[in-house]
Amino acid sequence: MARIIVVTSGKGGVGKTTTSASISTGLARRGHKTVVVDFDVGLRNLDLIMNCERRVVYDFVNVIQGDASLNQALIRDKRVDTLYILPASQTREKEALTKEGVEKVINELSETFDYIICDSPAGIEHGALMALYYADEAIVVTNPEVSSVRDSDRILGILQSKSRRAEMGQDPAKEHLLVTRYNPDRVERGEMLSVADVEEILAVPLLGVIPESQIVLNASNQGLPVILEEQSDAGQAYDDAVARLLGEEREQRFMTAQKKGFFSRMFKGG
Amino acid sequence: MSDTATSGVQQVFQLKSASVSMTALELYYFDSDEFEETLRNKINQAPGFFQDTPLIISLEKYEGLDSELDFFNIIGACRRNKIHVVGVRGGNDDQRRLARGAALALMPGNNQRDKPHEAQATDEKPELPAAHTHQAAPEPPPAKIISQPVRSGQQVHAPEGDLIILAPVQAGAEVLAAGNIHVYGPLRGRALAGIHGAESARVFCQSLEAELVSIAGHYKISEDLQDNGWKSAVQIQLRDDLLVVTPLDKA
Repeated sequence: MARIIVVTSGKGGVGKTTTSASISTGLARRGHKTVVVDFDVGLRNLDLIMNCERRVVYDFVNVIQGDASLNQALIRDKRVDTLYILPASQTREKEALTKEGVEKVINELSETFDYIICDSPAGIEHGALMALYYADEAIVVTNPEVSSVRDSDRILGILQSKSRRAEMGQDPAKEHLLVTRYNPDRVERGEMLSVADVEEILAVPLLGVIPESQIVLNASNQGLPVILEEQSDAGQAYDDAVARLLGEEREQRFMTAQKKGFFSRMFKGG
Repeated sequence: MSDTATSGVQQVFQLKSASVSMTALELYYFDSDEFEETLRNKINQAPGFFQDTPLIISLEKYEGLDSELDFFNIIGACRRNKIHVVGVRGGNDDQRRLARGAALALMPGNNQRDKPHEAQATDEKPELPAAHTHQAAPEPPPAKIISQPVRSGQQVHAPEGDLIILAPVQAGAEVLAAGNIHVYGPLRGRALAGIHGAESARVFCQSLEAELVSIAGHYKISEDLQDNGWKSAVQIQLRDDLLVVTPLDKA
């Protein structure tokens, strides 16, 4: 049976698609057959970050409506050969994602894949509900600021009450907290919530902390999942998160401010 | 589908004994205008709490004339305020006949229920209706226990009895109970205890960070709660129509 994991947040722009790309790439690099599904119908981005936008022929909605087979729509990643992408439609309405249609596709994917990563759109509307409906696990992406935390809390509530697991009375979906865009300097200055604050408010186990970094933006623009930037702290932080998702114990990193060296203090006058 | 068709044992319904706690309106006398005005004032104190609630009219303390007792008028006034009168409690035979005429259910009054008192006090009326003599004491409604966090946008409702939450109540969440509310975690959302008017209800929490706390319609918002016991373990109760916050370690 495939593990179905939704990457969700409630709030937009916090790093869901970046996270979906990196987590799925990380899982696939460890040899797990992985597919990442873009649920953001109408505003598709995942194909850009995965650098496969020029290879999209058929999409998720085509498969649901029977215009194409799953194999026709799946795009194989050029860097990691156990990774596939199911792109979203750019032109259709979100309502094209019917519960039955999504179920059919998820079931079919479950037969061949180990991991199904569902990249949720922002908000709590239909697309987001469909993305989390079939999930066994959820990675809740949260920025260390109050409104993002509040929205994450909201989506966690929806996950508990509106997912298939909730409706069937099964065990609730397993929740993971991923704090992104973390800037320890700004936390020290009191401009951001600390990881401890976010964890305490949301009461969800911490999967990882991704430091705020220019590398993330550059990687996205180049169509490269940031986890492949192995030298960067953001890339390493995603690799840690994938390891923890697979049950490995890894110590949390990148949570404290770098001590400024003598020279940088001299030259920046800090 | 197929199993309901094949199994002949499935019944349309089953009758079960249930004890439901309800709001009783203790009527002292009846005047149409005063009645509706008082009702509206009561509701305004706790907007939303009374919406679509069942109500019984208690006649035990009624001192007005039987002829003034216009049940159709009472029902109409309640309907206009979204309250449903389901029956009457107590009252003499004439009053109960009027109630039956208005299609209301008849419930035994407190003095009819309290057997020992009755037997002692009135020797000239030794026979009680058989149905009332062996009425079991109503079981207190069980507390509702929640062990998952109550998240923003969620509402947990204990329409009878207490509500016990073994997890945080998050900002933007709402918990309501007819009785007490216990939160073994931070209370960051809204907590409304005694929603059917129980003024003895209390709210207990491990850390008071609430947006709103209400007991029997008397409420305080976050701003007014900051000065006393904020972010600490407290209980909140109603004293002389005022919400009083006391630390739990000094209770």
